[in-house]
Amino acid sequence: MHRSGELYGQFQTLDQQKESATLGMWIFLVTEVLFFGGMFLTYTINRHYFFTAFGIGSNTLDITLGTTNTIVLIMSSFTMAMAVWSAQTGKRKLVPLFLILTLALGCVFLGIKFVEYKQKFDHHLIPGYAFDMTYRSTHPAPGDDPKEIALEKKEVEEAFASDPDTNAHAQLYFSLYFAMTGLHALHMIVGAGLLVWLIKASLGGRFTPQYHTPVENVGLYWHFVDIVWIYLFPLLYLIDRHR
Amino acid sequence: MSEHSEHIVSPKIYITIFLALILGTSVTTWAAFQNFGQFNIVIALAIATAKATLVVLFFMHARYAERRTRLVIACALFWLAIMLVLTLSDYQTRRPRLSRLVSPAVYYRG
Repeated sequence: MHRSGELYGQFQTLDQQKESATLGMWIFLVTEVLFFGGMFLTYTINRHYFFTAFGIGSNTLDITLGTTNTIVLIMSSFTMAMAVWSAQTGKRKLVPLFLILTLALGCVFLGIKFVEYKQKFDHHLIPGYAFDMTYRSTHPAPGDDPKEIALEKKEVEEAFASDPDTNAHAQLYFSLYFAMTGLHALHMIVGAGLLVWLIKASLGGRFTPQYHTPVENVGLYWHFVDIVWIYLFPLLYLIDRHR
Repeated sequence: MSEHSEHIVSPKIYITIFLALILGTSVTTWAAFQNFGQFNIVIALAIATAKATLVVLFFMHARYAERRTRLVIACALFWLAIMLVLTLSDYQTRRPRLSRLVSPAVYYRG
């Protein structure tokens, strides 16, 4: 990183320079809102038409892992906010510490996501030729809770009774599940890369109360990714849980 | 704009927001297991929006940002609303055509 917060010719004050950078970041986030917005729109329309298939698809997701991931991501947003605060108040040693914590929590999130994806592969819930909504309840693994399997079997049978095309419609749910969580995970990976860059710079004591625009702007990005998950969690994990 | 106009949010506020977000997550998970009929989705989205608002206002400093930045945020929501409302109303008013949306049998077994 070459910049250290000197005033560039096109700005009158450092404040103006910093505000312009932050405004630019917000404008980028607006485009991100619309980017994810399109996916949420597709989700809404399909859920409206195929609510039964979306319900049983959602019920196959692991609520414990989903809730844990939500809490992990909120914690990482908190540590990111604290990293910004540390830079603003000149606590140079705390900046890399909070950034490393944020990165670690981000990696925990991605690790849990990986475990969830692996489960979907095992249960034949990846859209494609091998997709089979009935697979898990008819091929229980030794560790599975028989009660839970019986409940899933009943649910899947009911779904097929009301909608013979459940397998096709549930694939829509899982396509959207993988597209939306995958895109979100991709944003997390980009964020993790940015954090590595910030950690390197902050270890050299680069960020001061006068200059910490990169920390602030990566923070904005990280919080935005958190907000996307705040919506993804209820929409993907919490459909028809009360049945 | 005067020099050093940046507003510094105290860790106390960050901790309060953090706890509120955790509480929101617990409430939304609890609410999902209750049967509120049609209102389950409304409750879930209301809690998610409340959580997102807290993140934007405090973690992203929108509450302390200058008016130009707030205008950009408002524009984001406005454009998102245009996309959602107009597309959904289009789908709502073309229901008969959509009933032909049958699944391609070739994509799955059985």
